[in-house]
Amino acid sequence: MKIDLFITCLNDALFPQTGLAMARLLRRLGHTVRFNEAQTCCGQMHFNTGYQAEALPLIRKFVQDFQDAEVIVAPSGSCVAFVRDLYPKAAEWAGDEALLAQVRELGKRTFELSEFLVNVLGIEDVGASYPHRVTYHPTCHAARLLRVGDAPLRLLRNVRGLSLVELPASDQCCGFGGTFSVKNPETSTAMLADKVQNVMGTRAEVCTAGDNSCLMHIGGGLSRLQSGTGVVHLAEILASVESGNTDVLDTARVSAEGLV
Amino acid sequence: MSAGGIRPSQPFPDAARETLQDAQMRRNLRHATTTIREKRLQAVAELPYWEDLRTQGAAIKDVVLDNLAEHLLTLEASVKRLGGHVHWAQNAEEAQRLVADLVAAHGVSEVIKVKSISTDEIELNAALEARGIHATETDLAELIVQLAEDRPSHILVPAIHKNRAEIRELFRRKLGAQLLTDDPKVLAEAARVYLREKFLATKVAISGANFAIADTGTVCIVESEGNGRMCLTLPEVLISVMGIEKVLPTWPDIAPFMQLLPRSSTAERMNPYTSFWSGVTPGDGPQEFHLILLDNGRTDVLADAVGRETLRCIRCSACLNVCPVYERTGGHAYGSVYPGPIGAILTPQLLQLDDANANSLPWASSLCGACYDACPVKINIPEILIYLRGQITPHKTPNVESIAMKTAAWIFNESYRFEGAIKLARTGQGPLVQHGAVRALPGMLGGWTSSRNLPPFPPQSFRELWRKEEQREQ
Repeated sequence: MKIDLFITCLNDALFPQTGLAMARLLRRLGHTVRFNEAQTCCGQMHFNTGYQAEALPLIRKFVQDFQDAEVIVAPSGSCVAFVRDLYPKAAEWAGDEALLAQVRELGKRTFELSEFLVNVLGIEDVGASYPHRVTYHPTCHAARLLRVGDAPLRLLRNVRGLSLVELPASDQCCGFGGTFSVKNPETSTAMLADKVQNVMGTRAEVCTAGDNSCLMHIGGGLSRLQSGTGVVHLAEILASVESGNTDVLDTARVSAEGLV
Repeated sequence: MSAGGIRPSQPFPDAARETLQDAQMRRNLRHATTTIREKRLQAVAELPYWEDLRTQGAAIKDVVLDNLAEHLLTLEASVKRLGGHVHWAQNAEEAQRLVADLVAAHGVSEVIKVKSISTDEIELNAALEARGIHATETDLAELIVQLAEDRPSHILVPAIHKNRAEIRELFRRKLGAQLLTDDPKVLAEAARVYLREKFLATKVAISGANFAIADTGTVCIVESEGNGRMCLTLPEVLISVMGIEKVLPTWPDIAPFMQLLPRSSTAERMNPYTSFWSGVTPGDGPQEFHLILLDNGRTDVLADAVGRETLRCIRCSACLNVCPVYERTGGHAYGSVYPGPIGAILTPQLLQLDDANANSLPWASSLCGACYDACPVKINIPEILIYLRGQITPHKTPNVESIAMKTAAWIFNESYRFEGAIKLARTGQGPLVQHGAVRALPGMLGGWTSSRNLPPFPPQSFRELWRKEEQREQ
């Protein structure tokens, strides 16, 4: 399958290793991967914060950048949910019928990584190896807007050497919420405190999720507390293989450059 | 004073900063919401057709909203036909005056009340007090809030923020009750003794309404304690204040709500007391009945194609109990008798998006979506929150945030600008990075680093790395 990578602005700027891991994984599964460099941001931050007039050009740009894509896959449940769930609303509220038709069609071709692997490709074992104690946080938008269900857990259960520990109260929001974390920092912190406590209680080495925005939040709290538990995006776990990795995109080299 | 109104006295982030510091309240709230959250899930799981019920409930409410005026006129005609009186109140002041005039006409200075959020919305108790009329709340939790001169913090459980020990102390002080323990039974008995006298001695009762059926002229109150039924049957005069969106077209329309409401609110299969009354019946119950139809901003909400869905709300409070923000901040932070997710969309809309403090409420959410999943009438609260943010933002004066957002949008509009911005940020972040993390950010962003580290910009962005890989490939 020809897959267009939707790297999302946050991943592009702050977490390039996640995008590389996703590309490597999809190639390993035999697919052709393309990255259209014209892409920037889906407009979620603007739209959700109230800057809808500013978001509309970004939405139109996204439609244009991905118009030729067969399928679009992103390492972010939130940004995919935005495209699939709220692009139609944005078009409706702007009264743009042509855009509405375009985004409805686009939404059908846009997937979050875990749902793409499990629900579209029908793969639960991607041949990964990751010998660590891991806990999984289901991010709100992937769980409640995309309904990815247990797709990420199925993938994790098939990773060699990985010991999966259940996260208590996992369905509770971590308190990130985009600009919510900056506009209501005290409330966001109160939510984060409970999430971090639950993560630490699992004694996992790594907390994973399908969204680097939530992981940036949870990881930021874990790091401030010097907890010793790290955060790693699901794509990076799924891309990991036993040593002797000869893939083109080598995360080990990326790590050496100081990214991880 | 349990009258609270809907005008917040400060913006949500400021109010939340205060309530978050009340550790006792946070413990009380966490305990209460966690318990009821689990119970609700069980109650809902018992009905395999729950999703169909939700769809049905939402559809009935939409039918009502599409022809609200027509259903209200039918209701008015039915109530009058059965010997009741109907009054229309455009705003809180009109409703207050109507009630106070009716009470004064009977020459009494005491009234008893059934728990009612619509009367809290219009700050009825305070208005009556100003006219020399004292209203006694008869719902146990409302009574607690009233005696404590506090504000309700939850739609269904107004005293959710108080624990047993605090209530025991309050009853000792205000009711002079000799309480040996803080056993709920003992506390309830003390309230019962106090209230029984009121039920038997008071001539005028005031209630709200959960539903009203247009074609039969029937008004309905759903409750748990039986105090409501006492108020609805014992006094000579009954005055009910009802938000205009509470009307239902026909008798069968109420059926799904009798399942949706108790399971969503108290996680019960059926609530203990459901009272229906149609006009007046000689020799049975109040001999004079007044129904006040309250607008107070509702027709403005109705006029908005997106926001009108808010008026489907049946005040079950399921959204409060699942909301992670409500769980931490408590109801008082919302500054309105409508707290939690529903309050965050209802309060600013009832105020026509004209109140700066209320206009901070749509941002009091992480958009996690738990409220939408829990809502028995499928109000898409997260979507309405976002919609309202979009309605409010353009009317604000330019500030640091709006300049930053507009600049960001300009950068995102061209990929070369985006790449340039990343490079610039990477160069500029130097002094902020300590031991591999950003620990303190300036200005508005400082809210983030108050409790969290931030990863620094890496040496290369995804697009830079990708370009190198592609070149190596060729």
